[in-house]
Amino acid sequence: MSSVAMQIFNGISLGSVLLLVAMGLAITFGLMRVINMAHGDLIMIGAYVTYLMQVIFVQYIPEQFFDWYFILAIPVAFIIVAGIGMLLEFTVIRHLYGRPLDSLLATFGAGLILQQLIRTIFGAPNVGVQSPSFLQGSLEIFGLYLPFSRLFMIGLVIVCLGGLFIYLYRTRQGRRVRAVMQNREMATCMGISSRKVDSLTFAMGAGFAGVAGCTLTLIGPIGPTIGLNYIVDAFMVVVVGGVGALTGTVIGALGIGVFNTFFEYWTNASMGKVLIFALIIAFLQWRPSGLFSMKTRSLD
Amino acid sequence: MSYLYSKKTLVILGFVILLVMPFVLAPFNLNLLGRFLAYAILALGIGVLWGYAGILSLGHGIFFGFGAYAMAMYLTLQSGGIPDFMGWNGITELPWFWAIFSNPIVAIVLAIAVPMLFAGILGYFTFRNRITGVYFTILTQALVIVVTTLIISQQQYTGGTNGITGFDTIFGYSLNSVTTQQMIYWTTVIFLGLVFLICYKLVNSRFGKVLIAIRDGENRTRFLGYNTSVYQVIVYSFSAGVAGLAGMLFVLQVGIITPSMMGIVPSIEMVLWVAIGGRGTLIGPVIGALITNGASTWFSQTYPDAWLFFIGLVFVLVVVFMPKGIMGIIATIQARRRAKKYGKDRKEETKLYNSSSI
Repeated sequence: MSSVAMQIFNGISLGSVLLLVAMGLAITFGLMRVINMAHGDLIMIGAYVTYLMQVIFVQYIPEQFFDWYFILAIPVAFIIVAGIGMLLEFTVIRHLYGRPLDSLLATFGAGLILQQLIRTIFGAPNVGVQSPSFLQGSLEIFGLYLPFSRLFMIGLVIVCLGGLFIYLYRTRQGRRVRAVMQNREMATCMGISSRKVDSLTFAMGAGFAGVAGCTLTLIGPIGPTIGLNYIVDAFMVVVVGGVGALTGTVIGALGIGVFNTFFEYWTNASMGKVLIFALIIAFLQWRPSGLFSMKTRSLD
Repeated sequence: MSYLYSKKTLVILGFVILLVMPFVLAPFNLNLLGRFLAYAILALGIGVLWGYAGILSLGHGIFFGFGAYAMAMYLTLQSGGIPDFMGWNGITELPWFWAIFSNPIVAIVLAIAVPMLFAGILGYFTFRNRITGVYFTILTQALVIVVTTLIISQQQYTGGTNGITGFDTIFGYSLNSVTTQQMIYWTTVIFLGLVFLICYKLVNSRFGKVLIAIRDGENRTRFLGYNTSVYQVIVYSFSAGVAGLAGMLFVLQVGIITPSMMGIVPSIEMVLWVAIGGRGTLIGPVIGALITNGASTWFSQTYPDAWLFFIGLVFVLVVVFMPKGIMGIIATIQARRRAKKYGKDRKEETKLYNSSSI
């Protein structure tokens, strides 16, 4: 019983990482129909920003404040990666609207450049980031040991999700985003600058990738290709969840996270991946456009 | 005179040049060229799938890989006994799915038939539900991850990350002799010619026209009464079979196959060859594969660090600014020259896709 509960907890924590990664993807894909393969590399940069913060704290800040580096790294990673995302949108992606397959290839190329950049600066081997002391240890509840780092991750995802929800559904700017998502031409006619919406939304999606990168440093060492491990799973979340509603992304991420953990628990890591792939194909037989899809009468 | 410049003549000329290469090049360079030609066969398959049917598969690495593994298994079994890595993992008896590959004909047939069958099944379950475009692309990418992790984890049967290598003979002839290598090279060239011819016939047939129609307007084609998913499944399966063939020829000349040669990054690079050469053409993928791999070999030896920067930049620039690749540039130049001669409106010729077929 307790092992099942533990697996569910692990599944949720994996799902929350996936959700953090997929959130940005779902927004940019839903809004601009752009597949951002560089998203994984933005995650990687977020992780390296955290590493850099740690190095700066070790060098310049008195030791008793060391733990604060991680708290500070989260907003810093968000801002830096959002800035890089904005640059990426301006230089590459805005040329590729309406060409989703091309956007996939071009952003993959951009991702390669980012990877090599990081490799040149920090070197090819993985680097380790030390978790802050308040995230070490675990919470004991009903005989289960839940690591603080995982709980923190789940908490952070809930905060990010809440922030995104308020932004999209309770602010003027968020309303513009939803309007462009639903009907770009009509929104433009109503005086919304779709260029501005695109740029800001893309930057925000990238920012979430940066935060995701931060949390990955709690899981293990980081390297220039760490993004690749998560990006494909995150895309599967978008495929399963459908675009157009955050709920789909949440359910998709948690579903894939939990099923993945259980399959790996019952069989092994590689068979788990095979089973989850088969499950997704089977799921798509039932719901070809994902859990929640935007209802529209337009074709092509 | 103009016949001399026609594309058909140039293709035949290129083919003849490739045929006489063994008399010109040193064995090392010939081997390199043969490798690139195997890639060119693969690129042709992707070119038909993506350039004509508009289906982007980022999973062709695994079909290529399956062909390569099938051939590698046959070559390993030729040397007799069970492979070393099985011995290290305590397996003493050859499993049945290895044993069937000891027959060369079975190995060759399976190398092509299994990718076709697999692609057919996957294609049926996706295209049937109208899962196309980016959704399909993402699924193929996930497939690559699934298959490569499976191969790596089952190392007692597959050799794991080290893959399969150490072949000596094929059909009883030594693989290291210059004559055998020349024979393999010629086989590759002939298969390249055959695949080119088949693709040419395919895209210029009625079937090919429907593919182009699906690429340019899937729903419209469906409303005209065509069952588009049947066409998509067939072309996907065909392209997977071509990839399997290319994999077989590849492993004969390289002598090793590992999961990292068929992973996510190689699979995307395969698509890049087509993009660089020019999609929507058949010469384009061949030229793209040859030029990109040639440049890659030279560049990564001379400036190993700058290579990824370079290839990344090429990716972005080609896709964003010259979506028709090298063939597109040539077509533009030709159109300009023709416009000068006849005063024809050259804008007509520079649409994103033109369906001139070679």
